[in-house]
Amino acid sequence: MRILVKALAGSLAVALLSSTAMAQDVAVRGEQLWTMGPQGVIADGVVVIEGGRIVAVGPSASTPIPAGMEVLTAPVVTPGLIDAHSTVGLTGYLNQPDDQDQLDESAPMQPQLRAIDAYNPHDRLVQWVRELGVTTLHTGHGPGALVSGQTMVVKTRGNTVEAALVEDGTMIATNLGAWALDQDSSPGTRAKQMAMLRLALLDAQCTGDAHDDDADEPEGGGRDLVREAFQSVIRGEAPLMITANRMQDMQSALRLAEEFGITVMLDGAADAHLMLDELREAGVSVILHPTMARNDGELENAAFTTAAMLAEAGVPFALQSGYESYVPKTRVVLWEAGFAAGNGLAPEDALASITIDAARIIGMAERIGSLEVGKDGDVAMFDGDPFEYASHVTGVVIEGAVVSRAVR
Amino acid sequence: MVSLRAAVLAATALGAIVAAPASAQDQPIAFTGATIHTMVGQGGTGTLEHATLVVQGGRIIAVGANVAIPAGAEVRDASGMVIMPGIVDTHSHIGQVSGADSSGAIQPDVRALDSINVRDSSIARARSGGVTTVNIMPGSGYLMSGQTFYMHLVDANRIEDYAFLDADGDMIGGMKMANGTNPLRETPGFPGTRARSAAMVRSHFVAAQEYCGGERSPRDIGMDAMCEVLAGERLVHFHTHRSDDIMTALRLRREFGFDMLIQHGIESGRVAQEIAAEGVPVSAILVDSPGGKLEAVEANLETAATLEAAGVFVSLHSDDNIIDSRLMFRQAGLAVRGGMSRDGALRALTINGAVQLGLDDRVGSLEEGKYADFLILTGDPLSVYTDIAETWVLGELLYDADDPADLIHATGGYGAGNPQTNTHVLEREVHMQEDVH
Repeated sequence: MRILVKALAGSLAVALLSSTAMAQDVAVRGEQLWTMGPQGVIADGVVVIEGGRIVAVGPSASTPIPAGMEVLTAPVVTPGLIDAHSTVGLTGYLNQPDDQDQLDESAPMQPQLRAIDAYNPHDRLVQWVRELGVTTLHTGHGPGALVSGQTMVVKTRGNTVEAALVEDGTMIATNLGAWALDQDSSPGTRAKQMAMLRLALLDAQCTGDAHDDDADEPEGGGRDLVREAFQSVIRGEAPLMITANRMQDMQSALRLAEEFGITVMLDGAADAHLMLDELREAGVSVILHPTMARNDGELENAAFTTAAMLAEAGVPFALQSGYESYVPKTRVVLWEAGFAAGNGLAPEDALASITIDAARIIGMAERIGSLEVGKDGDVAMFDGDPFEYASHVTGVVIEGAVVSRAVR
Repeated sequence: MVSLRAAVLAATALGAIVAAPASAQDQPIAFTGATIHTMVGQGGTGTLEHATLVVQGGRIIAVGANVAIPAGAEVRDASGMVIMPGIVDTHSHIGQVSGADSSGAIQPDVRALDSINVRDSSIARARSGGVTTVNIMPGSGYLMSGQTFYMHLVDANRIEDYAFLDADGDMIGGMKMANGTNPLRETPGFPGTRARSAAMVRSHFVAAQEYCGGERSPRDIGMDAMCEVLAGERLVHFHTHRSDDIMTALRLRREFGFDMLIQHGIESGRVAQEIAAEGVPVSAILVDSPGGKLEAVEANLETAATLEAAGVFVSLHSDDNIIDSRLMFRQAGLAVRGGMSRDGALRALTINGAVQLGLDDRVGSLEEGKYADFLILTGDPLSVYTDIAETWVLGELLYDADDPADLIHATGGYGAGNPQTNTHVLEREVHMQEDVH
């Protein structure tokens, strides 16, 4: 969302300036360096990071490391992992009413709620996933309401949300199906969910020019933040991330995308294995439910093999930790990808689903997701096959700063 | 597995002719050329290379590297495969189990077995994940939520057929208890504090001591179960997380002398020495992340390893559906990630649980005379890339990854949650009729 990004530009600059005091120069050498970029897997490779950015990637023999730079080594080195849809930071690990900020139930559609206003960078789960290799979260409002709020992209570090922030207003979190029904109120049916979304998008379409940069302020100066959020969808600035697990809900999401010419990211998508051709033809990207998510209710048809089937069908997808209402309070995308690899997904595709493919789906591929010159120096280190249960993450680097040396 | 299957079909046809009129279970079956983790012995995995397992009549009749294959045996080539005992899940809620209701916090009269739907998809799913013996428990929102059921995952219509029986022919199970936050409620009849929880339990045990030491009249079926607990005939499965709650459970055990298995024990690593000193075993769980409830904020991957190092006797459980039954091998893998020995983790899935439930004379290891409950795996049990090819229970193939009707339980997919028909029972009946003719 352009407006919000502009508003934040100042604070971002401050955050960047203040962080230059931190160590941001490091080289990471791996027996196997999985770049997830054009260079593929480099045997005995090294990635050199200066000023937080990657300045060189290549075989150790031909890639000079500046004198005096700290060198970390590990058997396997990958890009920092990306969780394509999380609620970490908003849904606190204590799971008590006062640390659950991923859902406000006072109205069914609240796209004006910003993740940035609710994110706790000190929640223990941020540290937990960071130490397990996750350097970027696409996080925000969760399931439970038709439109629950906005999402954002953060790095898993920072003393404040401003220091962690990469992008605010990334997507609008929308939910179709049983998780967003309210029998005592509206929407009480699936059809009503669609009618309400259609009305809101129609309204945004009709009023879409009112807040173009050149337009006059409306009479009375009143702004409608709900309308503005839907207008950002109509203008293509923020995709609707529609969580839909049942086939009919997934089809409704595709119908909405076509009707309004908007970008929809299909989230959850437990029944995706039933409509692979339709998904490919629609050109939609899928943020697949956690591979190990409990398969009851809306997920009763979920399959461990869906990720492999999406890959085979040529549907772009990423994996996510999703939202958990109980124990465990979050999933970990490293393990989700590993389990997908154990269920027929090629290991390189599994790694892509939590690195470069995830970066593309959240619109961040210019900056993260692969080890390429010019990208952020975000790296994860492993003592073996990253996907084996008994392997460990041995180090994590975010923008050149070593943020974890724990063995996890 | 296609070639294996073809060989099996051929062998079965031959066997039907040679061994008629014996049923399939009466014909010996020999699995040859496998790496077999027998779990026999006080430590290690009792691993045999290029070994043979022979089963007949639902029992193991031989296991070893140099076993003579009985005449007339169906021979299955298991070269390159790994065979190990079926998993013993020491804490699960599969089968739509229920227990106590909101009428009170202490209900030892209710029995899990009276609520289990044997056709619930969760049971076939557990089998596809290698689980063959389960302690099915009522929930933890009570101080005492009822009698647990030790379920042998055979395939039958009557819950009684899934039971483990004691020498008197009675069905074996434990008693579910809990402390900490789960039983705390504002409802009348429930405790509001931890001290109140302990006081209510203590009063109930005192009343049980009087009942059990007297005429036992009028008969009280809840108290009858308490007498079994006091006599050490019914194991207490004590749901307890926080280290101070664990110490309270140990205190109650000392006071009343019951046998106890600590269930979950998320903070048991903090009091591992104290637990070890009392010789109390732990049924542990590993979850993906800490939190989700106040008692689980200290969840980590190291607890099982800490307990093992302290000499505590540890098993692993799913608490399905906290962890899906199909992820039991993952639990063991994560325990190793947290520092547990590989052998210890494999024992924690099998023989240790069998010992804890008092069923080790029948399950938990592969040795002559025990139930023919075993798994055929495609490789290292602790690798994410290994698949379960077959699950055998009492000498019957009840999960076969080559059979799409079975595979859906392992992978999920459309209809995986539907109630399961008695496919295997029908197949067995058809097979037996064919044998007769």
